[in-house]
Amino acid sequence: MDGQTNGAPSGDRLEIAGVALRSRLFMGTAGYPNQQVLTAALEAGGAEVVTAAIRRISLDAYGGSLLDVLGDRYRLLPNTSGCTTVQDAVLTAQLAREAIGTSWVKLELIGDRETLYPDAEQLVTAAEALVRDGFVVLPYCTDDPVLCRRLEDVGCAAVMPLGSPIGSGMGILNPYNLELICSRAGVPVILDAGIGTASDVVLAMELGCSGVLLNTAVAKAHDPVRMAAAMRHAVEAGIGARAAGRIPRRRYAEASSPQLGLIE
Amino acid sequence: MKKVRINGSEETVRAETVAELLRECGLEERARGLAVAVNRVVVHRQEWARARLAEGDRVEIIRLSVGG
Repeated sequence: MDGQTNGAPSGDRLEIAGVALRSRLFMGTAGYPNQQVLTAALEAGGAEVVTAAIRRISLDAYGGSLLDVLGDRYRLLPNTSGCTTVQDAVLTAQLAREAIGTSWVKLELIGDRETLYPDAEQLVTAAEALVRDGFVVLPYCTDDPVLCRRLEDVGCAAVMPLGSPIGSGMGILNPYNLELICSRAGVPVILDAGIGTASDVVLAMELGCSGVLLNTAVAKAHDPVRMAAAMRHAVEAGIGARAAGRIPRRRYAEASSPQLGLIE
Repeated sequence: MKKVRINGSEETVRAETVAELLRECGLEERARGLAVAVNRVVVHRQEWARARLAEGDRVEIIRLSVGG
């Protein structure tokens, strides 16, 4: 737990591409029971960055615009979800930039529709192309320290390794890799995908992550607003514990009460 | 009249430009937050009135949706 190169702990603000963010909790907007619960949950979570997808507009029916609902209150982070080729991901990012005027993009390039695992090889190619095109690229990637390094090398503003598959709620399956990634990264590490409950968020922050992106764990909770508040506290708890410095693990007990002065 | 593909479905339209197409599709009022690509190239908002459509063009009209 020594490497702190990515500036996660100590309560400092998270900074991505020169922008200081007041919240380390990034929240998705999908799967909520209704718009009221969505907005209340985002509020309870204290999120500043919220993600959204880019989809074809329906020519028949008009639902309200997400931009109108959230655009003024949050920093919208469009994603390239569903894209399976570099070309589609790049075009989707360009459309997003045109639609809402942000150069930030959560780059998703799915290699397998069943597991929704990223296509590592194409991901680097797409990231490089988008960086060259002026985007602030936040790639969703596997928890592979080498891939994260490559993404950083091509100019990504952060890396977003998964804890476990999207929507699985299995938490952080490989904390050792995640800690390794955090200790070596020169850009913020945002844990993306797999969060099931608040303790997963605490662990992510304790391992050195700069932030967490979650969606399903809140949207599909029995009480999404309450879970969002719990996630907010979890970020604080994890950041605090990380900054405070945990005790080393030991194999045997060590009494905490004094060993002298015992009665006979 | 010409045939173009709009969001994957073939349509016969009167529009000569992207701006006219949006009007014809009733999207003019909802233009905030929309983006358009023709044949996989983004057509910037300020070019909508000038960008001409040709027979067989593939038009994508997107907007922000909920997502994670």
